[in-house]
Amino acid sequence: MIAAGGIVVRRGGRPIVNDVTFRATSGQITAILGANGAGKSSLLRVLGGGKADEGWVKFGGRPLAEWAPREIARVRAVVAQSSALNFPFKVLEVVLQGRAPHWKGHETREDEEAAIRAIEAVDLARAVDRDYTTLSGGERQRVHLARALAQVGFEGANRCLLLDEPTSSLDLRHQHDVLRIVRNFADSGGCAVVVLHDLNLCARYADKVYLMHYGRVLGAGDTGAVMTPDWLGVAYGISVRRDDLSGGAVFTAD
Amino acid sequence: MTGADALQAPPAPPDLRAVLHRARRRRRWQFAALVALLLGSSLVALSVGPMRIPPAEIGGFFLSRVTGGESSLDGSSQIVIERIRLPRLAMSALVGAALAVAGAAMQGLFRNPLADPGLIGISAGAAVGAVAVIVLGQGFLPRLPDWAAPFLLAAAAFAGCLCATLLIYRLSLHEGQPIVATMLLAGVAVNALCGAITAFMTFLASDQQVRDVTFWLLGSLGGATWAKTGIVAICVLPGLVLLPRAARALNALLLGESDAEHLGFDPNRTKWIVIAASTVMVGASVAFTGIVAFVGLIVPHAVRLAAGPDHRFLLPASALLGAALMTAADSLARCVVAPAELPIGILTSLIGAPFFLWLLLRAKGAWQP
Repeated sequence: MIAAGGIVVRRGGRPIVNDVTFRATSGQITAILGANGAGKSSLLRVLGGGKADEGWVKFGGRPLAEWAPREIARVRAVVAQSSALNFPFKVLEVVLQGRAPHWKGHETREDEEAAIRAIEAVDLARAVDRDYTTLSGGERQRVHLARALAQVGFEGANRCLLLDEPTSSLDLRHQHDVLRIVRNFADSGGCAVVVLHDLNLCARYADKVYLMHYGRVLGAGDTGAVMTPDWLGVAYGISVRRDDLSGGAVFTAD
Repeated sequence: MTGADALQAPPAPPDLRAVLHRARRRRRWQFAALVALLLGSSLVALSVGPMRIPPAEIGGFFLSRVTGGESSLDGSSQIVIERIRLPRLAMSALVGAALAVAGAAMQGLFRNPLADPGLIGISAGAAVGAVAVIVLGQGFLPRLPDWAAPFLLAAAAFAGCLCATLLIYRLSLHEGQPIVATMLLAGVAVNALCGAITAFMTFLASDQQVRDVTFWLLGSLGGATWAKTGIVAICVLPGLVLLPRAARALNALLLGESDAEHLGFDPNRTKWIVIAASTVMVGASVAFTGIVAFVGLIVPHAVRLAAGPDHRFLLPASALLGAALMTAADSLARCVVAPAELPIGILTSLIGAPFFLWLLLRAKGAWQP
């Protein structure tokens, strides 16, 4: 679904993403792991159409440059770590904005339905009429996830979500809620690429993992195969212990 | 709240579709109210002045014009309406709408509720042009025919505003793309520079010229003729049509530039449209009326407070409210010190500043990120 090769991003002359090859398939959650500054967000930005100094990105088999901006916006949504929004939109209005690439003049019933379904999915139905600027950090994150869900819709092929740390400000329950939503999205045929910090959430929800280290891919493949104490230890610079419990693998710093 | 209350289930979620439709219905009412407000203030503007003309007779006059019948108005009243008050009313409505719409679009573009068209050098650049003609033109201005001087002044002001805005825009380019934060800072610097040039020329000026400069800077709608109004209309109307078409892109821009791109919009195109349209609209307005403060800042705020920041409503509603406010202010300017006229810039600041403070105190903290 998304493929990229030879990606290099330089900031201030220093490569922060260095010759990365990446592939994410439909029906799966592909997680990007790594320490702070490993280049995760920069890689995600390039996958979302941001500028790279070298390399190529293909979406659905076609080079990104061949997609019209509106066309790709109908099937691919991106949620950044934080949003600049500081104007008092209602929650519902923010989510409806996700439908902008689908509008033909005005919002249709289909747009309304997608927005309503997305709001219900992220458990914000009680907050629809609230002013976005009065929401907590976690609620804001969920608003933007709902906007992204409304944008790509709930069915159809070639849909893709790129999420940068979607669980960073969330409480325990909503962390799992959000990743379950992403799981459902993948199960319905979508392609999800998620930057994650929490190893345990990653082990539990991701199908594939890219482990990044100083701008390079240290390891890539099935979650179980990549998330070994050795590799994680190198990537994070701290010895990591893995306990296999009945509920799945649990990672702790040793 | 006791522990038992806290454990109770939260209230049931509202019917989302009903919320949506309620908001839409409310906006229709608000829009209708604004249209009524503009019509009301227009009628007042036609009626008040040194010669009072009852509103009912003005209605009858227009009706007779449409049907071709006889009007109850005497000839001189008809001339006052047709030659003096109507062009002035049209001018004030156009200028008010232009200032308010450009202000609203600027605030969206800069994601900053304090932005206004002055920020990108429109007023300061226009002032340089106008003051240059007033001060340096003493040699040739008296030799021009009477009708030409105001147009020369307006042309110079318009040219000054184009130069300042273009300079700020060019300064903000980074790898061919306008950077909004740089534009803001370049605007501050260019505004200061223009201010210094204006001040220097004022320093060189004679007493009479200083008086003329001061009056120009305070703004006035006096002397509006159909010719001037026509030129302003040519500059303002395309912007009034064009800017609301960028409403969705502006909404998306409020989320952030990359978010707007991910929604399929082209932020650079929107920046270009907003800046070009605002410059032409506000530049032409300022060129003929001088600097009218606060309208571009306050009107969009008032609309946002009542109806939220959605540009699809905000831009047309700001146009209506701006036009209504300006016509009302102009009527007031003609009445309070009659038979003299108060410069309208004084009035808009006098009403605008306290109103803005009230908004600020009311919404304290609401703008924090």
